[in-house]
Amino acid sequence: MTVKLLGIETATEACSAAVLIDNEVVERFEVAPRKHNELILPMCGAVLADAGVSVNQLDGIAFGCGPGAFTGIRIAASVTQGIALAHDLPVASISTLANLAYQADVNANELVMPAIDARMEEVYWAIYRKTLDKVELIGEEKVQLPVDVGIEEYVSCGLGTGWGAYRDILQQRLVASTENVIEDALPHAQVTVRLAKHKYLDQQMVDAMNALPVYLRNQVIHKKR
Amino acid sequence: MKVLGIESSCDETGVAIIDEKGKLLAERLYSQIELHAQYGGVVPELASRDHIRKITPLIKETLKAADLTLNQLDAIAYTAGPGLVGALFVGASVGQSMAWSLGIPSIPVHHMEAHLLVPFIDQASGLQFPFLCLLVSGGHTMLVQANGLGDHQVLGQSRDDAVGEAFDKVAKQLGLGYPGGPAIEKLAKQSISKRDDFPRPMIDHPSLDFSFSGLKTHTLLEYKKAKQLSEEKADIAHAFQQAVTDTLYAKCQQAIEQTGLDTLVVAGGVSANRGLREKFNQLDDVNVIFPSMKFCTDNGVMIAYTGLQYALAEKFVGTNEIKVYPRWSLQQ
Ligand SMILES: Nc1ncnc2c1ncn2[C@@H]1O[C@H](COP(=O)(O)OP(=O)(O)O)[C@@H](O)[C@H]1O
Repeated sequence: MTVKLLGIETATEACSAAVLIDNEVVERFEVAPRKHNELILPMCGAVLADAGVSVNQLDGIAFGCGPGAFTGIRIAASVTQGIALAHDLPVASISTLANLAYQADVNANELVMPAIDARMEEVYWAIYRKTLDKVELIGEEKVQLPVDVGIEEYVSCGLGTGWGAYRDILQQRLVASTENVIEDALPHAQVTVRLAKHKYLDQQMVDAMNALPVYLRNQVIHKKR
Repeated sequence: MKVLGIESSCDETGVAIIDEKGKLLAERLYSQIELHAQYGGVVPELASRDHIRKITPLIKETLKAADLTLNQLDAIAYTAGPGLVGALFVGASVGQSMAWSLGIPSIPVHHMEAHLLVPFIDQASGLQFPFLCLLVSGGHTMLVQANGLGDHQVLGQSRDDAVGEAFDKVAKQLGLGYPGGPAIEKLAKQSISKRDDFPRPMIDHPSLDFSFSGLKTHTLLEYKKAKQLSEEKADIAHAFQQAVTDTLYAKCQQAIEQTGLDTLVVAGGVSANRGLREKFNQLDDVNVIFPSMKFCTDNGVMIAYTGLQYALAEKFVGTNEIKVYPRWSLQQ
């Protein structure tokens, strides 16, 4: 059985789209802060053309659901809803942190810690176990001050803009500090589609209306009364 | 031709489908009013979060009610501005991506132009260009000369608070609920003295601009000065409503004299106010049109209708870029 998936990722300053056909992936990727809205559909058109498929031949669509910039993850979710609605496609929500974790260069079954700069002096972070071609969340994804990050497991790689902003503090939170840190790692749609393929094969896809962002930060207002 | 319209510029998620004759085939509207009521106004981030939860279910329901599938649509219109940037992005992204996937035109609609054009949907009104329109809502206060599709002249607007906003703020000060307009109207009715001594802001000013922030402050000072008995509160609400209504009326009269136009559309949430309606019906020799209330507040119908006009006139540029214009001017 062939699997054809489109994936988009706009949660950070990076904007990307990818098409997976079985094990082959084509991607367009650009670091373009605040331009995701203009770039994303032309990018989707470009990767579909590169892969030689049209939207109505897709089996599903995947998107980076966050955590990340609120507007960015909402654009990804909205675009996904629109395309999924139009062609009645099932949807896979792929965590931005899982996306980073997948990029870690470690041995199978080692733990990695992706962290994204969440502004307001906080980071979005999580611990993932990296297996051969998957990642598995250990515990839950959180938004916290770097000094409040609590890790009990041995982590062998740190990656993401959270490490770029708070490397020293995060190192101190680890059981043992690690040399394997990639501060400029950004989520890629090619990973989004690879992780989505598992959801597709495991029949864990959802309906368009459930293509929703994962914000983690829910304190967006201080009640006046 | 069938056009689907999406509205998500503020605190209403609206979806509608109309046909080439402008006949409404189905519509769905979800208002976030309760969500924001506890904060006394719209919280932009919460608005965006609610839009994205509601939009796809509303589109599905609207299609079902119209007994149509997406493949039967000919164009998709969405509000591209003005409005809250995050909220606009939800409707624009969904609309633009749907149109892109289906290979049909997408039409970005100016929210205020949609408010101006929606009275046409009621063909019995006999409305024709050019006409005057007083738009009075929570976010806007403007007097517009509508000449044709995409051709509107803003004759005057508020220099500070929008009228609805003034109603809401005054209501908050008087300890009434949100939205403030209906609360003040209700309270004003209970006024026995029919107090009417508040200033009419900018009424002698030669321009057609408005200003309501001074009146708002005046109202607050009067309230503080009073003993704050319930009768006094009703009197203050009455005086405030009278001052607002009179001011709007006077500026419209001035605009009618200046332009020589004899049709005036009064639209927007504040046009629900009965005191205002009674007053405007006193305008002699002028055809005053109050669009049906459900089209006055934000809705998807007006977006679909306006999109249809642009589709019929073939006035749109094909694009795959998702763009919103939070501060889009009506006059270009
Ligand atoms: N009966 C009324 N009298 C005066 N103002 C009213 C009345 N009903 C509603 N409003 C006001 O109308 C505004 C809402 O109108 P709407 O057209 O939805 O505006 P917007 O979308 O710009 O907030 C609110 O500010 C509300 O207080």
